[in-house]
Amino acid sequence: MQELDKAGQGSLRLSRKSDTIVVLEKDLSTEQMVLSMGPQHPSTHGVLRLECLTDGEVVTEAEPYLGYLHRCFEKHCEHVDYPAIVPYTDRMDYLAGINSEMAYCVAVEKLLDLEIPRRVEFIRVIVSELNRIASHLVAIGTYAIDLGAFTPFLFCFRDREHILNMLEWATGARMLYNYIWVGGLAYDVPAGFNERVLEFVSYFRPKALELQQLLTENEIFVKRTKGIGIMPADVAINYGWSGPMLRGSGVQWDIRRNDPYSIYPELDFAVPVPDGKLSVVGDCLSRHLVRALEIEESLKIIEQCIDKMPGTEGFDPRAAVPKRVRPKAGEVYGRAENPRGELGFYIQSDGKSTSPLRCKARSSCFVNLSAMKDLSRGQLIPDLVAIIGSLDIVLGEVDR
Amino acid sequence: MEEGKVLSNAVQESGAAYGVIHEKFGEAISAFDDNATMPFFEVLDTALWTDIALFMRDHPKLKFNYMACLSGVDYPEAGKLGIVVNLESLGVFNHRIAVKVKCPRDGGSIPSVAGVWHTANWHEREAYDMLGMLFEGHPDMRRILCPDDWEGWPLRKDYKVQESYHGITVPY
Repeated sequence: MQELDKAGQGSLRLSRKSDTIVVLEKDLSTEQMVLSMGPQHPSTHGVLRLECLTDGEVVTEAEPYLGYLHRCFEKHCEHVDYPAIVPYTDRMDYLAGINSEMAYCVAVEKLLDLEIPRRVEFIRVIVSELNRIASHLVAIGTYAIDLGAFTPFLFCFRDREHILNMLEWATGARMLYNYIWVGGLAYDVPAGFNERVLEFVSYFRPKALELQQLLTENEIFVKRTKGIGIMPADVAINYGWSGPMLRGSGVQWDIRRNDPYSIYPELDFAVPVPDGKLSVVGDCLSRHLVRALEIEESLKIIEQCIDKMPGTEGFDPRAAVPKRVRPKAGEVYGRAENPRGELGFYIQSDGKSTSPLRCKARSSCFVNLSAMKDLSRGQLIPDLVAIIGSLDIVLGEVDR
Repeated sequence: MEEGKVLSNAVQESGAAYGVIHEKFGEAISAFDDNATMPFFEVLDTALWTDIALFMRDHPKLKFNYMACLSGVDYPEAGKLGIVVNLESLGVFNHRIAVKVKCPRDGGSIPSVAGVWHTANWHEREAYDMLGMLFEGHPDMRRILCPDDWEGWPLRKDYKVQESYHGITVPY
């Protein structure tokens, strides 16, 4: 801690009463104080450090410091072959590994102009939507725990466990899958996988509703999140926000719908945005609501995929996997909708090498977090926790 | 453009957007590269980059309100560093285009567009951190992922990692 303003300027002592801030005393002598939140702090969801300049309970400025998990992903990419980059992408957003693999493979396949077998696409969408639900469950559960609600956390992790078990059965790993390959898949799904997924969907629907009733309609939770950290739609776009964060501000934008890839154009799903009845559009509660509603949409997508999926006759998941990935000279920007927003890969190929000349990952968390300084200005310290939680960052992807 | 080449709809839309920019800035920007994976043009007069960015964001026919990505790139053969900016018009039009800006490798700088798109702030800091080009007019030009006292620019092709950092041996 560091004293900045010894003399202390005339300030206010504030208190939050219902939805408005009430001035209790005027002209109190306070000192500005630098408070370091993190890197080891449970509510920063990893190793993020926020240097907060506080005046009493009010945060006047919060500067994020990152890089504690920087592992030179982009430098590694320049030294390994295209298919060998897939496991690295798992380790970026480790809560949604399959979605990261999907984004990378979409980019490379666009550069290679590859035709992917239909069954592969369906399996890819099923596993990535399962992973999306698992990721949103972590987001919702840890957000609840940030705000002091322990039970929803246990509910979320119990159901996430079912998904991880299914994915482990299909891919052989619980979190770092290396399942989606450039041009195909590592394996076909095991026999009986579809039945187990359908069983899970019918099991999970009532549980999701229960979670909704327990948390989203909880008065304490609503009081802590409603009207906090409001981000207007135009500023959100200017900040490059994407995914549930952007939709929380009321912008109906989903890459699965607006710049479709894979088989998403054939599927029927809604892009939920808050209607402003329960929450204030753009606040922390809106972002939470979008995640909660998206879980239901993902369940719908999974059901449709299992219904439409082609059979296994003559199917080889590695049929279109190139022996040697060597794209022609050129550049590509490919992207996919991750649970946290737009994950994009800018890849530059020189046409000779089997590893990219430059591979830049446009991380959704990194971009979403960049608005933290503006979002936190003038907030109370407990609200800062609510705002960080609503951003749902994974530091593995922020730092890469 | 090659004769008789069929362009996809997306590339045609980017081409139309390019036409509007070319009309205004003329020789300051290069010809349009209509490749299928990432259509782009290059800013030849680097000093005009901020003006071009503002024009692209605010022109009623362009409205590139969303910067998807900004990647720093090293071009060792040409002795240059550069950025590749992926822009699109989110919710207004359907066009997207990439812009390249280059600067000399030694002591080069590129005008900052952090005032045009807020998201460019951290992206430019990252490009500086990794490649070492400066962004003129950037509000907060510091390293972001590496520590402040790290030596060298990791994503340059000729980068050699430092021997030790605060007494810790770096190469493994």
